[in-house]
Amino acid sequence: MLYRQAGIFHTHYASDRGLFPIPFERKAIIAILLVALAAPWLFSSLVLVSYIKPWLIWTAAVLGLNLILGWAGQFHFGHAAIMGIGAYTSGHAARNGVPWEFAVVMGGIMAAVVGVGFAFAALRVKGLYLALSTLAMQFVMDWVISHVPAISGGVSATLQSPPMKLLGQAVTSEAGIYYVVLAWLIFVTLFMLNLRRTALGRALVAVREKDYAAAVIGVQSFYYKLVAFATSAFIGGVSGAMLVFGFYKAVTPEQFAVNVSIELLAMVIVGGLGSIIGSFFGTAFILLLPGQMNTFIAWMAKVLGLDIGVETLAHVPHMVYGATIIAVLLIEPMGLGKLYGNVRNYLLVWPFGYARK
Amino acid sequence: MDPMYLLELAVNGGLAGLMYALVAMGIVLIYKSSSVPNLAQGGLTMLGAYMVLAFANSAGLPIWLAIPAAMVTMFLAGMGIERVALRRLAGRPIVMILMMTLGIDIFIRATAMTIWGGSGRPMQIGISDAPLFLRPLLLNRAYVVGAVGSLVLVVAFMLFFRTRRGVVLRAIADDYTASWSVGISVERGVALSWALSSVVATTAGVLWGSVQTVDQTLAMLLLKGITVAVLGGMDSLGGAILAGLLLGILESVASGVLDPLLGGGTRELVVAAVLILTIMIRPHGLFGRHDIERI
Repeated sequence: MLYRQAGIFHTHYASDRGLFPIPFERKAIIAILLVALAAPWLFSSLVLVSYIKPWLIWTAAVLGLNLILGWAGQFHFGHAAIMGIGAYTSGHAARNGVPWEFAVVMGGIMAAVVGVGFAFAALRVKGLYLALSTLAMQFVMDWVISHVPAISGGVSATLQSPPMKLLGQAVTSEAGIYYVVLAWLIFVTLFMLNLRRTALGRALVAVREKDYAAAVIGVQSFYYKLVAFATSAFIGGVSGAMLVFGFYKAVTPEQFAVNVSIELLAMVIVGGLGSIIGSFFGTAFILLLPGQMNTFIAWMAKVLGLDIGVETLAHVPHMVYGATIIAVLLIEPMGLGKLYGNVRNYLLVWPFGYARK
Repeated sequence: MDPMYLLELAVNGGLAGLMYALVAMGIVLIYKSSSVPNLAQGGLTMLGAYMVLAFANSAGLPIWLAIPAAMVTMFLAGMGIERVALRRLAGRPIVMILMMTLGIDIFIRATAMTIWGGSGRPMQIGISDAPLFLRPLLLNRAYVVGAVGSLVLVVAFMLFFRTRRGVVLRAIADDYTASWSVGISVERGVALSWALSSVVATTAGVLWGSVQTVDQTLAMLLLKGITVAVLGGMDSLGGAILAGLLLGILESVASGVLDPLLGGGTRELVVAAVLILTIMIRPHGLFGRHDIERI
C-alpha cells in the first residue's frame, strides 16, 4: 500500500544506497520539509514559538545524546551539563564581540573538549559505573557553573544573551530564529542519517555490541569512544547554544541541571535507542505530552465539576512523565521509533504479510 | 580551625553517614540479589515517610503502630514494583533497567507530591530536640537514634543472610541460572529483596524525616545512598556501613572547611567527587566483588 516497492529497480549502487530508497519516503520527506519551511505561515506564532521551536532544538540535542547512547552504547548522564557548557561559552563569546556563528562553534568545541573529559571515565569503566560517574560529573559541572562567577556571573545570576546574528545581521523575528534552528536540526539529522553508512558509524556499533570483541577485530575501542563523546558533545553544545539564543534568551545554571539530563535520557529511551525518527517522536512525547495532559486534566476536572488544587495540578505533568517512561519500557522497550518501524515493516509488504523479512 | 570543632563535625558527620548507609542498604539488597541498580531508592524512602505520616495523621494511628503498618504497605509495594516493572525487563540492557528505576523514582515522587502536597511536614517519633552533650561535643539526638537504627538493621540483615531464606537470596545473587536449575524460585527471591529494601526505605524515611522534615528533599538522599553503596561495594552490606561512616565524616568535615572558602554548597560537590574518585580508582568499591568480564 504505502511504501510501495513494486516497480522500483535500483540500477546503480548509488540509488540502492540512497538515504531513502523508497519513493514514498522521499516524497514524504519532501512534503515534511515543505511544511517545515512554510511553518511560520501555517501555524500560529504561539504554536511556533512555544511548541515547534523547542521541539526542534531539543531534538537536535537528543540526536547528539543518541549518538553516544544508541550508537556507541556508552552511558551519558551529563548531557545537560555539556549543553550548558556550550550555552555559556557561546553566550560569553557573543557578549564579548565574537561573531555569532563563531561563538556558537566555539561553544560546540568547548563542549567537545569537556565531553572528552567524560570519555576518560569511559576508558576506565562501563555500564552502571560509567552511568554513575557521568552522573557525578554532571553534579560537579553544575557546581562549577553556578559557583564560578566568571562563568555564571554569580550563584543565582541570569545572563542575558545577545541576539542571534547571521553574517552581522541580527535575527530578531521569530520566523528567522525558527529557520536558523531548523537548519541546525536538518544538519544534525543528515549527519546522523549518514553516520550509519560510514566506517565511523559501523565502528561505533561494533564498540557498542562488545568493545573487547571490537578491539579483537582491530577497532580501537577507546579512540572511537573518544570520538563518540566529542561528537555528541559538539552537537549538544551547539544545541545548548541554540536553546539559549533562540528560545530562553537568557541563561541560568538551572536550565542545565541534573533533571534536564535525565529528561534528555528519557527522550532517547522513549524515542528508541539508535533510532533517528524515534528521537523526533521521543522528544515530542516527553516535551509536549505532560503539559498537554495537564491542560486535559484541568479541562476534565472542570467538565466533571471536580475540585483539583493548584498544587496537585502542578505535579501531574511529572506523574505523566514518569508514567510515560515506565509504560514505554514495559510495552516497547525499543521505543516509539520501533513502533513506527513495526508499522512500516507491516505496510512494506502488505497485503503479503508472509513475505515480511 | 579549632580541632574540637572539627571533631564535632566529624562525629555528627559520621552519625549522618550511618544514616546514609540506611539508604545505601536498600540499594545493596536489591543489587545483591538481582544486579539491578535501584535508582528509585530515594523515591521509596520518601514514599515510606509519607506512608507513615498518612497512617499516623489521616488514619489516626499512634506512631508506634503507624510505622509497622507503613512497613507492611511498603513491603507489598516493593513486591508490586518488582512484579509489574522489573520482572519484564530481566535480561534487557542495563540502560533500560536504569531508566526504568529512574522512571519509577520520578513517578513515585510526583505521585507523593500530588497526593500529599509539597509543604514539609514534621515527623514526630518522640525524640526530644534538646541537644545531647558528650563532654564538649554537641550531638544531634535524632542523628544518634538514626545511626543506632542503621547499625541494628545491618546486624539484622547480616543475621538474615545466614538463615535459609537468606542463603537462597545469596545463591540467587551468585548465579541465578544455577539457582534456577536447583529449584530455587528466583522470581520470588528477587521480589523478596525488593520488598525488604522497601521496608528499609521506610525506616530510612522515618529516621531522616525526624532529622529534617518530610518533604521532597528526602528523595535527594539517592545520590548519597548510591555513593555510599558504590564506595562500600555494590554487594556488601558491611561495606555500606563503613562507607557511610567514611562519606559522612568526609562530607561534614570537608564542607565545614571548604564552605567558607568556596562560598557554600560544597556538600554535593564532595559527594560527587567521592563517587567519581571511587569509580576511577576502585570501581568495585571497598568490599565489593570484582567481576571479570568475558568476551
